[in-house]
Amino acid sequence: MLLFLIRRLLLAIPALLGLMVLTFVLVRVVPADPATTLAGETATPQQVQEIRRKYGFDRPLYEQFAIYVGQVASGDLGNSVFSNRPVMDDVRRTLPATLELIFVSLLLATLIGIPLGTLSAVHHNGLLDHVVRVVTVGGLAVASFWFAIMLQLLFSMELEWLPLRGRIGVNIGAPPSVTGFFLVDSLLAGRWDQFVSSLRHIALPAITLAVPALATIARFARVGVLDTMQRDFVQYETAVGYPRHRIVWIYVLRNSVIAAVTQIGLLFGALVSSAVAVEAIFDWPGLGSYAVQAILSSDYKAVLAVTLVVGVIYAVINILVDLVHGLLDPRVAEQL
Amino acid sequence: MNDALLKVSNLAVSIRGDEGIARILDRVDLEIPRGRIVGVVGESGCGKSTLIKAILGVLPTRARIDAGEIVFEGRDLAKLPPDVLAREVRGAAIGFIPQDPFLALNPVFRVGTQMLETMRWHAPPQWKGRHRERLVELLRAVQVPDPERALERYPHEFSGGQRQRLLIAAALSCQPRLLIADEPTTALDVTTQQQVLMLLRNLVAEFDLSMLFVTHDFGVVAQLCDEVSVIYAGQTVEAAPTRRLINEAAHPYARLLLACHPDRATDLGGIPGSVPSPFAPPQGCRFHPRCPIAVADCASARPIIEQTSERHDVACPRYRLPLPQGATP
Repeated sequence: MLLFLIRRLLLAIPALLGLMVLTFVLVRVVPADPATTLAGETATPQQVQEIRRKYGFDRPLYEQFAIYVGQVASGDLGNSVFSNRPVMDDVRRTLPATLELIFVSLLLATLIGIPLGTLSAVHHNGLLDHVVRVVTVGGLAVASFWFAIMLQLLFSMELEWLPLRGRIGVNIGAPPSVTGFFLVDSLLAGRWDQFVSSLRHIALPAITLAVPALATIARFARVGVLDTMQRDFVQYETAVGYPRHRIVWIYVLRNSVIAAVTQIGLLFGALVSSAVAVEAIFDWPGLGSYAVQAILSSDYKAVLAVTLVVGVIYAVINILVDLVHGLLDPRVAEQL
Repeated sequence: MNDALLKVSNLAVSIRGDEGIARILDRVDLEIPRGRIVGVVGESGCGKSTLIKAILGVLPTRARIDAGEIVFEGRDLAKLPPDVLAREVRGAAIGFIPQDPFLALNPVFRVGTQMLETMRWHAPPQWKGRHRERLVELLRAVQVPDPERALERYPHEFSGGQRQRLLIAAALSCQPRLLIADEPTTALDVTTQQQVLMLLRNLVAEFDLSMLFVTHDFGVVAQLCDEVSVIYAGQTVEAAPTRRLINEAAHPYARLLLACHPDRATDLGGIPGSVPSPFAPPQGCRFHPRCPIAVADCASARPIIEQTSERHDVACPRYRLPLPQGATP
């Protein structure tokens, strides 16, 4: 197990290096010249030249890359060319907000999606099954930005039940940062009002992200359960007197969930990219909003940092998925 | 013979399929006296598995019992509501040993967890808290080494023979009166097969059980069973004590099947033709298209069951006739 972890972490390094090469080249070959941007519109050519030298833009690209990789390896993501603050600080501030949003969405999607898919499979071709199938296709087809706006119109503008935007009430203020997750930190601080406010703020963006994820998970759970129900051990378990509900919800489900776990891992990655739009709509101060701002202002250090962070998230999630597989299936555990 | 533990009479089961309605079982009679091992023999596709499913009440949803009775300890299982079957019969009064020990166990749960599940719902209430103890005892009885640790292991960590022993122990766990074994040795190699058969024989005596043993192998029947019933295409064609049937088989199908057995055959010709599709079974005696001594009447009237002697029934009016030389391999 430990060996597996070490091996997988080592394997993640070349993958991340590859990602860095790719984004570095992409960011630097686009027409926007960072030196010109930095120097501002009124700068003279001499000033631009000056900045080029100062930031090392006059050196060959591979040299610049080597310097950058060296910085990253020592934990320094560089300074924002826009605000001149360390990019690391920005990431530290915005990443927890995005992760909190994605965790809550996935939790919601999993807790509803798996039972829903299972019920659908149990009543295969019944009324419930048809309803679930139609609704999940709908959930996948709906555009997130549209759905987000509809939720805002209904629950914030019309009914005034939930706040329109932000992460926590302005006059309530953020809890002292421990995990960076407001829902956790507010409880740690014993501030019930902060917890409720965070929950009310996260509800709509989380639902927006959860709906397509829920649809995917429910469909995979449904197919997984239908498949597993065909296996011989189900017949055996029936013949030796296991009650039906135990067969479905324990013995079949554990086998079916294994495939769904892979899906949940992939969804995590997909949600990071959907979060960009959703964060913009709900004014959620996360990595997505930060990335949008970085791209618009040609802040190439910030863009590189965001890509790298997302890459690291992908790598970690992949390892986690394999570990969870091992927990669920002893035959996989043996190979870890 | 009034002391039958299980008596199946005139059982008919049909299944709705894409090609229409199939009479999988047409007329099956079977009697299992207390303390006896009864073999049911037939080729693949003749309805052996359907018979077991009908007794256990686990027929697929497309299937239904058209006629007949399955009387077990005085109750007709064919008419019991599903929840009573689930609560009082399967896993409790009737233990089941499956055909393939590699596929029957759930791969992602510990063996102990799976065996305890049956006991949780079907063990007598006074055993509460001692289920594990009981399993360890049983595993010892079926000769699984290191029973305590075996319960903590997963199915893939056992060999085929060991798994079959686990499944036998599971079948015995709640003190059943009847064991139903569905070709439990087919998936095993020959040596293991022998050991499992010996084990079953001893356990039936030791635990005072009766057993229904389904197989396609007359060799296994000769070793294990007290009585045997031969079915062909969903119809019982002959039933007799094992010795009697092996020495004096009457029905042409039973005689041909015996002649095909590798221990006896001079050359392995087999029976020409194959088991008919249950969607379009032959009229009259279902065996007549393959029967070397069939006459026109066989194709029109369903043969009545005759007694050649006490406890020897045969469903063929021409059973006294010898088979032509060419027909027996």
